[in-house]
Amino acid sequence: MHIVVCIKQVPDSAQIRVHPVTNTIMRQGVPTIINPYDLFALEEAMRLRDKFGGEVTVLTMGPPSAEDSLRKALTYGADRAVLLTDRFFAGSDTLATSFALATAITKIGETYGVPDLVFTGKQTIDGDTAQVGPGIAKRLGLIQVTYVAKVADFDPAARTITLERRAEGGTQVLKSKLPCLVAMLEATNEIRRGSMENALRAARAEVVKWSAKDAGVQDMSKCGLKGSPTIVKRVFAPSARAEKAKFIEAPEGGNLADALIAEVFARQPNLEADLTALARGF
Amino acid sequence: MSEPKTPPAPAAGGRASTKKELPEHFKAYKHVWVYIEQERGQVHPVSWELMGEGRKLADKLGVELGAVVLGAEGETVRGAVAEAFCYGADIAYVVADPVLTDYRNEAYTSAMTDLVNTYKPEILLLGATTLGRDLAGAVATTLLTGLTADSTELDVDADGSLAATRPTFGGSLLCTIYTLNYRPQMATVRPRVMSMPIRVEKPVGRVVEHKLGVVEDDIITKILSFLPDRDSNKANLAYADVVVAGGMGLGSPENFQLVKNLAASMGAEFGCSRPLVQKGWVASDRQIGQTGKTIRPRLYIAAGISGAIQHRVGVEGADLIVAINTDKNAPIFDFAHVGIVTDAVRFLPMLTEAFSKRLSAHSRDKLAS
Repeated sequence: MHIVVCIKQVPDSAQIRVHPVTNTIMRQGVPTIINPYDLFALEEAMRLRDKFGGEVTVLTMGPPSAEDSLRKALTYGADRAVLLTDRFFAGSDTLATSFALATAITKIGETYGVPDLVFTGKQTIDGDTAQVGPGIAKRLGLIQVTYVAKVADFDPAARTITLERRAEGGTQVLKSKLPCLVAMLEATNEIRRGSMENALRAARAEVVKWSAKDAGVQDMSKCGLKGSPTIVKRVFAPSARAEKAKFIEAPEGGNLADALIAEVFARQPNLEADLTALARGF
Repeated sequence: MSEPKTPPAPAAGGRASTKKELPEHFKAYKHVWVYIEQERGQVHPVSWELMGEGRKLADKLGVELGAVVLGAEGETVRGAVAEAFCYGADIAYVVADPVLTDYRNEAYTSAMTDLVNTYKPEILLLGATTLGRDLAGAVATTLLTGLTADSTELDVDADGSLAATRPTFGGSLLCTIYTLNYRPQMATVRPRVMSMPIRVEKPVGRVVEHKLGVVEDDIITKILSFLPDRDSNKANLAYADVVVAGGMGLGSPENFQLVKNLAASMGAEFGCSRPLVQKGWVASDRQIGQTGKTIRPRLYIAAGISGAIQHRVGVEGADLIVAINTDKNAPIFDFAHVGIVTDAVRFLPMLTEAFSKRLSAHSRDKLAS
């Protein structure tokens, strides 16, 4: 069995700072991490491999420095890492990204064996679109199952997979066939600690590096900015409300909590009666 | 609409595509569509919120507002179609087939792309729910068009292009995204980001029925069962009247109990900012903000939340925002209405006690003192 896991190296978003004057992102010195949602996908893929045999290949598209995230994935226990890196990919939106990744997955299939499963995280923490997974699935003609909370059953011989999928108001249990693409939900498992053996292997391992051409891209106009139908015209910081917050302080001899409550009910006169009615109902 | 003087050639330079050069075959694309999402017989309220927004866009463009209803034949679909007209639809596009009884990506993507290719809308809006995002990503890729996820503001500019604004860079800034040269222009919007439009009783108008292009045998995925959420576990954050939330300023996971206590004293729902979910202090269904729930309560109390943009866009629809933070320069005070500069950990118990006292009083007269 062969499983491809798509990961993304993202800035540790808790650390992003916006320049106060120019309103641009200050990227310098921001540490990068594997997109946290992708770790649930990687762990789930490795669990299936550990149980049923086979290999896990991690794939990412990004600048040469994204190799760090791939090595980290090898440390966790992935068998192989492929980095798709080329200036032609710069400026890709989700459609162009899904084209590049789908092309690379086809190439991975030709080179290392056709994948039975492709795993992704639910979304990335920098883009937050959740669109690349479905995009890859559609481009490769794979069944797509997103927001997966659990792989309930897996039968490699029958080539079927049963998944619990988060839906509005409940959980869908659905059965599908391989090959398919699974986008894992957060908190569905916990990434294992990398073993010393894997750490040593990861340090020595060769990360496969492909340019667009190496990956088999024929039509460069489908990559990067040119291949992106969406155009970001303006990036800006939202303006502050014209009126700043009114700061409440404790009145002389009074209590701050009561002062706040008086202010709240003065501004929302009907709220007090409604909350009182609710409180009586308890 | 600007007419290109020369036939649209493939963009030569990297940035050439930022000019509007709509190819000839896309010029027939007109009208605004909203996907009316149903799961298990219920229309998701986000669909009506989008109808309100779609109506505004359609009126600005001088085009029709279409409602797309997909599902099994029967009362559910008929009901959704009838409601769509009460929420402003000029026309409804319906694909009704037993294959569409439960949401499955393959069948729904087929139905939606088929409708788009046949009736050619210029704008297609979907709710950013688990269903809507799953469907939108597949439809946009199949149609090879642009899709903006989780838009917080929609508008059409002077030349009729859809301008979709959303947070970017992990929610630290906003950006406005266009799909100039492809159609339809697609966007998803999270529940509660747009306000609910007023429902006006109206008769059913024009309905276009379209046949589904696939049969059950074509669909590989089968639904085995559906496990509904137990109500007790369901956080009704998005539609709550009062919400209390905590952030990193609480300092420890134990202190989150103070937020829960205040919420309980007022019959409110509780939530948190993103870092608390990432740290594993609070379950993800309690997260408020761009990547969590968007709320529009009458009162929102934010305790120890700094107010990053990704949080701000999730709470801006609240009627009254009260922020409690030790840092008087915290960004949350830029959009809160009322601020308290103090340590939330110390202040929350006092506020809880004061609210309990005031709300448990027996008559309103007594409260006035």
